[in-house]
Amino acid sequence: MHEASVEQKMAKMPLFLDALLHENVCGGADKKGDSKLEELKSQILRRTVSRPVIYVGAATCGLSAGADKVLVAIKKYLADKALDAEVVEVGCIGLCSEEPIIDIQLPGKARVSFRKVNTNNVVQIIESTLAGNPPADMTLGQFRGLESEKWESVTFFDEHPFLKPQKRCVLANCGIIDPCNINEYLANDGYQALAKALHSMTPAEICQEVELSGLRGRGGGGFFTGKKWKFALQTSGDQKYIICNADEGDPGAFMDRAVIEGDPHRLLEGIAIASYAIGANKAYIYIRAEYPLAIRRLKEAIAQAEDYGFIGENILDSGFNLHIIIKMGAGAFVCGEETALINSIEGKRGMPRPRPPFPAISGLFGKPSVINNVETLANVPAIIQKGKDWFSAMGTAGSKGTKVFALSGKISHTGLIEVEMGTTLRQIIFEIGGGIPHGKKYKAVQIGGPSGGCIPEEKIDIEIDYETLKEVGAMMGSGGLVVMDENTCMVDVAKFFMDFIQRESCGKCIPCREGTRHMLEILESITHGRKNESKLDTLERFKGIMHLSRLADVIKDASLCGLGQTAPNPVLSTLRWFRNEYEAHIYERKCPSGVCKELLHFSILENKCVGCTACSRKCPAGAIMGAKKSPHYIVPGKCISCGACKDVCKFNAVVVE
Amino acid sequence: MFEIEVNNKIIEAVPGETILSAVTRAGIKVPTLCYMKDLAPSGACRICVVEVDGMKTLVPSCSYPVQEGMKIHTNSKRAIRARKTVIELLLANHPDDCLYCVRNGNCRLQGLAEEYGIRERRFPSSKKKDHMLDATSPSIIRDQAKCILCGKCVRVCEEIQNVAAIDFVKRGSKTVIAPAFEQSLNVSSCINCGQCVLACPTGALREKSSLREVDEALHDKDKYVVIQHAPAVSVTLAEEFGLRPGVDINGLMVAALRQLGFKKIFDTSFSADLTIMEEASELVHRVTTGGKLPMMTSCSPGWIKYVEQFYPDFIDNLSTCKSPQQMLGAIIKSYFAEKEGIDPEKIFSVSIMPCVAKKFEAARPEMGRNNIFDIDAVLTTREVARLIKMAGIDFDSLTPETADLPFGTRSTAGKLFGGTGGVMEAAIRTAHYMITGKELKSLMVEDVRGLKGVKEAKVKIGDLEVGVAVVSGVGNASKILEEIKNGRKDLHFIEVMTCPGGCIAGGGQPLSTDQESIKARLHALYNIDHSETLRTSHKNKDVQKLYDEFLKEPLGHKSHELLHTHYIKREVLS
Repeated sequence: MHEASVEQKMAKMPLFLDALLHENVCGGADKKGDSKLEELKSQILRRTVSRPVIYVGAATCGLSAGADKVLVAIKKYLADKALDAEVVEVGCIGLCSEEPIIDIQLPGKARVSFRKVNTNNVVQIIESTLAGNPPADMTLGQFRGLESEKWESVTFFDEHPFLKPQKRCVLANCGIIDPCNINEYLANDGYQALAKALHSMTPAEICQEVELSGLRGRGGGGFFTGKKWKFALQTSGDQKYIICNADEGDPGAFMDRAVIEGDPHRLLEGIAIASYAIGANKAYIYIRAEYPLAIRRLKEAIAQAEDYGFIGENILDSGFNLHIIIKMGAGAFVCGEETALINSIEGKRGMPRPRPPFPAISGLFGKPSVINNVETLANVPAIIQKGKDWFSAMGTAGSKGTKVFALSGKISHTGLIEVEMGTTLRQIIFEIGGGIPHGKKYKAVQIGGPSGGCIPEEKIDIEIDYETLKEVGAMMGSGGLVVMDENTCMVDVAKFFMDFIQRESCGKCIPCREGTRHMLEILESITHGRKNESKLDTLERFKGIMHLSRLADVIKDASLCGLGQTAPNPVLSTLRWFRNEYEAHIYERKCPSGVCKELLHFSILENKCVGCTACSRKCPAGAIMGAKKSPHYIVPGKCISCGACKDVCKFNAVVVE
Repeated sequence: MFEIEVNNKIIEAVPGETILSAVTRAGIKVPTLCYMKDLAPSGACRICVVEVDGMKTLVPSCSYPVQEGMKIHTNSKRAIRARKTVIELLLANHPDDCLYCVRNGNCRLQGLAEEYGIRERRFPSSKKKDHMLDATSPSIIRDQAKCILCGKCVRVCEEIQNVAAIDFVKRGSKTVIAPAFEQSLNVSSCINCGQCVLACPTGALREKSSLREVDEALHDKDKYVVIQHAPAVSVTLAEEFGLRPGVDINGLMVAALRQLGFKKIFDTSFSADLTIMEEASELVHRVTTGGKLPMMTSCSPGWIKYVEQFYPDFIDNLSTCKSPQQMLGAIIKSYFAEKEGIDPEKIFSVSIMPCVAKKFEAARPEMGRNNIFDIDAVLTTREVARLIKMAGIDFDSLTPETADLPFGTRSTAGKLFGGTGGVMEAAIRTAHYMITGKELKSLMVEDVRGLKGVKEAKVKIGDLEVGVAVVSGVGNASKILEEIKNGRKDLHFIEVMTCPGGCIAGGGQPLSTDQESIKARLHALYNIDHSETLRTSHKNKDVQKLYDEFLKEPLGHKSHELLHTHYIKREVLS
């Protein structure tokens, strides 16, 4: 970014803000003011540019794919060639599997996105594009723009199968605007909802509006947000708190990170509105320390918002004050649970407290507090600005609006998506996600993290909302979707999640702390081979299996917090939909997917083995015997089921069952 | 008041109270494990879960508030199954060495397993607990293997005592309770008060026993074994033998100790009187010479370590007097040894204390001279009960006996040391006499009596108005110390006892210690004070004799050498 342009922007800032506040928000928009504003907006949003602009997707996903190196390469190239171009770091557009992604916008031409950019091809991409010839195999698509000429050879990005079925509200700005520039958020109608709320709505009206919009918590339970706010509003107290829960801990979930890295002001605006709605003048953002970039973005955004007067004393002359404090968490999963989170902010060990009292009555430091997830709060500005009806028009009967999901696992397009509630899983996985790679068959999708469940093929046509997911034994959770193909063992999946939970249990209540560990041990006994198993062990193993569902019931029924009460879900849902796999493990001592190594039985087909000795030389356990040029055989007692023999055999003589 | 339905019976409930409190009042028993009266419920153990109509999950009765019209089932199949499973899960992880456990027959987990008829190990114990026994503390032994992580010790240490030496460490099934950085207890901020031992439902926490040393000494012909018993012991020991709280068995206890073979049985209340002579003199000295005020008592070793660690600026406020245990110890190995012609090295001096911090105190390097410790072994009330049981002594066949001279006579003022306010009351009685030459009109100082954590009074001694404060439960002390830090000047003398209620609720007392028994024990002390005639320390003839024959005068040269001590600033992680 050139120094001059920053200064120019800073100089324009008050004018822009002034125009926004007085011409647009307060309703007195005359034609002249409007056009001046539009001109400013257009400039800030780079609808037209006077020199080339290169956008680099520099969120964590992009950076880990190499965007930082690409960025260096771009800057070096521009310096070497003395090219006058602007480089803008943007957030994540969501298509993580195609990262690093850069966009190039030439004067007069539409912005066009390129995929899988690296230091080797970036120069060529820039040069070809500058020459009017963007390399076709690298383009993802071009942006629509009224004021620019489209590229003939390039498709529109919004028609990309990944983006087309999406409805991006929370993610509207992610990957498109510069998250570090508050003007860009403002030019996209940012902070107008806050102005509207402060100037024309009472806190009770806001709570009412949010309640009627049907917005439900996006972090787990799905409680009605407006209702939660009302409880806190109605509780009297000299001090109240809004707490933004950005302690995103589910395996395979990165929605919150992407929103904060890509559009932090949307979150801040949501926090400000929520704080005004319940009468809080202090808000905490509880974010895990493993998100350094998100924390940096938040800090920058808070400083900017304070400069502009959207946070601080007497916000927009309304008399409302708000201070936002970032509190970094050490990364305990349980700190996503609201009472544990409160303990953590208070400087105590992150362990849940019994409820009631609910935080809305007695929360942080004993004061009325509302804890909302990042995505929930990021939904708020649009609801206030566009109204409850706009929001409730989207979604299903019980679940309104959109939902952000993080796609990961065995799926072609891993990344971040936002769809209307009620979209089918099939559409998400096979259309947006591009299906299962390598022609493999779909087996299940794990949704809702360790509290959620696995959804089998026969339920893939359910329309996703809070209720339908519960019916199939899963839950919305924060929205992590982990896709599994036919090579996944569902017992192994259950084991993975139980292992996660028993590690991350806070250790306070006995059913969760001890129960989850025993559930894990039972699963381990199912997947262990029986090489050294005594008869008593076998009996214990069978008894253990009988105890699995009893344990699950008690853990659900008697645990202290949501973590424990949902901890058995991964086991229960796999038991429900994939009982046959459990049975194969238990009764036949086989793992149908070939994942549980200790249950695999390797043998050599006599008629195929030529006695080349490759396998016996490779075997790390010395389990393969046989003379040269005569068929070999595997000593079962010695075999460790590593599969090295199968990999090395050129004659397909090694078989596994 | 409104009505709720419990087990198909209508009972009354008070708005705001918990289910547990309502059903307990109605005589319905719900088991608890981590529940602690008067502390905010932690809801950790889930033993007290009950079924409530309309609730999705079981609710913990210890924390869930009653609501009008609530229908509760405390013994539904679901609730019982959950409780049983919780007990089984704990047992799966618990060593099977009940027969060797200090808490055998007195263990909450064992009791629950019994009550719920657990007859098989449903969940295999695959995770071997290979924790080290933390025996580093001179007072308390921690056995992690037996810890069920109920968190009561953590809460008593933090919320009541304001020490927070231990907390939960690590996560999930690896969670343990430990001092900071899992270091051992001796280098932690533990003040050795032992309130955690009283709170612990299992054998995870216990006193470091000195029974073996005492037993060996008793059978060592070369040793001259003497024993002293603290003021608070005679009113609690009976509970260890099944008697109701508040019964004073001083005479029987002395008889039992004599049967056990102790050569001399002395009464620590005697040296409490001695302490008063020294401490009241010190107070008068400080007041008249402009010394450091307010003066604070120094009888309670937990409190001493608390000051040394957390409030080292107040070290000069502590009285330099040793505690009665240490004073008597020092006098036994000097005056008594001299008088009886016994080599002090051959004397094995035992004390029975209601306290585990006394074990730490006795081991402080400044508590002795010429490599001879003032006290050689400290037994708690619980340990001495074990010793008596082991010897097969039957209380019914004993007749009360009296303690041995020259340290067997005591005033009731010295006896009052056993409960909160007692040191203050005794000191006021004697200070009044020292300053005015006259006895108090009414010896009872009502304002410093009772179980309140902090008591304050203004006492008229002649023309002087003395501001006094009495604190019990060391956690309550910090408030007053902060006030003094911030300039409060009206206090002259402060008594602090580490344990809430004083020594009668000390960490070495019977495990049955609860609010009711503490009340009864305190009452027993007051009864003794009301029913006897020697009620002031300065009137104790044997104390006077000790001064005449040996010490000469309070705060004199010999006193300084034998009866006074000093303190050190301690660095701890906190």
